[in-house]
Amino acid sequence: METHEHDVLVIGAGGSGLRAAIESAEAGARTAVVSKSLLGKAHTVMAEGGVAAALGNVDQEDRWETHFQDTLFAGKYLNNWRMAELHAKEAPERVRELERWGGVFDRTPSGAMSQRAFGGHTYRRLVHIGDRTGLELLRTLQDRCVHQDVDVFMECTITHLLRSGERVCGAFGYWRASGEFVVFRARSVVLATGGLGRIYPVTSNSWECTGDGLALALEAGAELIDMEFVQFHPTGMVWPPGVAGLLVTEAVRGEGGILTNANGERFMARYDPKRMELSTRDVVARAIFTEAREGRGGPHGGVFLDVSHLPPETVKRRLPGMYNQFLELAGVDITKEPMEIAPTCHYMMGGIRVEAETGATGVPGLYAVGECAGGMNGATRLGGNSLSDLLVFGRRAGAAAAEAARSVPLEPVDPAEVAAAEAELLAFLEGGGDEDPYALHADLRRTMATHVGLFRDETGLRTALAEIDELKRRARRLRVPVPERRYNPGWHLCADVRNMLVCAEAITRCALERTESRGAHARLDFPELSEAWGSCNLAVSRRDGELSVERRPVVAPDELEPLVAARKEEEASR
Amino acid sequence: MSARRRFEVWRGDAGGGSFVAYEAEAGEGTVVLDAIHEIQRTQAKDLAVRWNCKAAKCGSCGAEVNGRPVLMCKTAVASLPADRPVRVEPLRAFPVVRDLVADVSWNYEVNARIPPFTPREGIEWRMAQEDVDRIEEFRKCIECFLCQDVCHVLRDHRLHDRYVGPRFLVRIASLEMHPLDGADRTPLLAGAAGLGLCNITKCCTEVCPEGIHITDNAIIPLKERIVDRRYDPLARLVRRLARRSG
Repeated sequence: METHEHDVLVIGAGGSGLRAAIESAEAGARTAVVSKSLLGKAHTVMAEGGVAAALGNVDQEDRWETHFQDTLFAGKYLNNWRMAELHAKEAPERVRELERWGGVFDRTPSGAMSQRAFGGHTYRRLVHIGDRTGLELLRTLQDRCVHQDVDVFMECTITHLLRSGERVCGAFGYWRASGEFVVFRARSVVLATGGLGRIYPVTSNSWECTGDGLALALEAGAELIDMEFVQFHPTGMVWPPGVAGLLVTEAVRGEGGILTNANGERFMARYDPKRMELSTRDVVARAIFTEAREGRGGPHGGVFLDVSHLPPETVKRRLPGMYNQFLELAGVDITKEPMEIAPTCHYMMGGIRVEAETGATGVPGLYAVGECAGGMNGATRLGGNSLSDLLVFGRRAGAAAAEAARSVPLEPVDPAEVAAAEAELLAFLEGGGDEDPYALHADLRRTMATHVGLFRDETGLRTALAEIDELKRRARRLRVPVPERRYNPGWHLCADVRNMLVCAEAITRCALERTESRGAHARLDFPELSEAWGSCNLAVSRRDGELSVERRPVVAPDELEPLVAARKEEEASR
Repeated sequence: MSARRRFEVWRGDAGGGSFVAYEAEAGEGTVVLDAIHEIQRTQAKDLAVRWNCKAAKCGSCGAEVNGRPVLMCKTAVASLPADRPVRVEPLRAFPVVRDLVADVSWNYEVNARIPPFTPREGIEWRMAQEDVDRIEEFRKCIECFLCQDVCHVLRDHRLHDRYVGPRFLVRIASLEMHPLDGADRTPLLAGAAGLGLCNITKCCTEVCPEGIHITDNAIIPLKERIVDRRYDPLARLVRRLARRSG
């Protein structure tokens, strides 16, 4: 079988994977990046509003401490405090570094990088270029990467991690184009596979976001945390049906966009009078959902987001992507009429449990970074923190993986493990099953939307678990009816669905366990925030083939306590 | 509102293929990619198609629809003539992998040969917004390669070994016009990039889904730059003297 050998194997070529690969290669490690898509197409390109960093270019008072406090306040203090600290401290340097690598961002009158306001950030903090910041970031990292000694393997999907004893020593996957199998041997493996939005029917996420890294990590013995916290972005398009879920950047509200219901009422005044449209995403999403559910929505089940009071030229210059998106896809001129929007599944706060400094999982040789890693964001993520997250921790994980690779041998691959991985994929093609992957995927998405969405309760969650059990049973008979190995999306979906089922179950089990409402997790039967739940995360691991959920204390170093206490006091006095 | 339309989708591989007829829903707001997905879900479960974001931001779903290179995710079925089937085929300037998927790997090889951003030494990291605006247009490129597909130098004359195509002239322009960049890419432009092969028919500009003025704002200024730097009599004299003394 085709086999490649590297010191560091990075799985995923979005922002976090590329940043990790750059650092690893710079440290002298022989580095490979495996990308499920073509290079430069990763979901990072969809990030619009900006990258959060306390540079203080616009609001000079901004400091890392405030960014740290904002991040923890949004995360309802369930964040890994150490991660939030490192993130807030290092984000400014990571952004300056991007500029030195050729990234181009909007400027202040004095020629420094400009920064814009965003929900939940005390100061204007998001470095941006128009509303396509993610593309700029990804392109900058991509170009940096290809001019380094990094081997890039495009359109290659990893379906199994390979182990030698406890240690991860490589990965197994297939080439999309040929359907042939491939083995990557490596001393360190970095998971950077992104999110899992495709388990919900209405999502801003691309087809790739199927939670692959989370399922791979669980299988290899790592833990997931905070899986009950799925971010529904408040503003996704609702019409036409083909674009339902497509992201409408928070920058629309950052630039002064106003939310109204069918009665023309600026309803955020009833939900968060102080922050209004720029409240945290969980609050705004639930407000929009509630307005629509209670009959004050628009013709397509959303509410209205309006920038038509701003000068048309400002809208076109500051939000060019949104202007074009609505004009081209919905026939709406946002300089003249409001957009109709509703919440869309956008981001997974939870993910693989990692050590803050290195991205190391509990499994030797395995690291995780970016959206597939958990801890940084706690119960809700602030807009702009995902791009800075992937820069800060991408660099750290890349460095740690390269460093560890120096002292670890290239372990042998177990042929039996490879054979089992091969057999599983071939069964989807040539086995005796009769379950259609497209239908199974649609059913899973329906279950998650109905029972594990913005609002949850015990009855619904138990129903979801039962349905997921039934889907898992059906999934054992998955097969695509056309036995074609070359670029066969139906075949690929079989493996993706397998991963999505694991993630869906983890989310549902954690959501059932956490009997309170906090951040993005809202329980109708437990509507209040509970003090007792405030100091623990939920961790998922695989025990004897079954998922089990346990409590873990929040990582909260003493020296950060005064900053947190100060913020809590400030909020209490409001 | 719902309406079914006929689609003719090219199915095949490098060995050959043909158009296969399907029907799919084409209600208000349906884009070609929606129809392709429906066909895939219900009638041709192995139909090969490349896509990612479905939001015209990643540039993955380029194909030729009724003979014109477009992003399938932003081409409304309603905008296409109703009296005949919608014809969908892969980008033809590149080898086909299978069905609607083309092998665009050549573009990545070209990109790797372009000297990267190289900041001048001792600069202060300040830029004017108007300088940012000028290159921002080029940096909007989502690498859908529709411009490469329509360019007759690549599509008809197959000069992939002598010409980098509009996409990478845009890329070079974004670097050359970066106010803090210090590298000189004019030797590349005049040589291996094959800038002279472009005869400004502007087909690339017409198909760009990002509305980048490829010919006017990137290619023509680069051509002028070559003329200024390479054919300026004073510069030639300096070069000749430099060669002699070297």
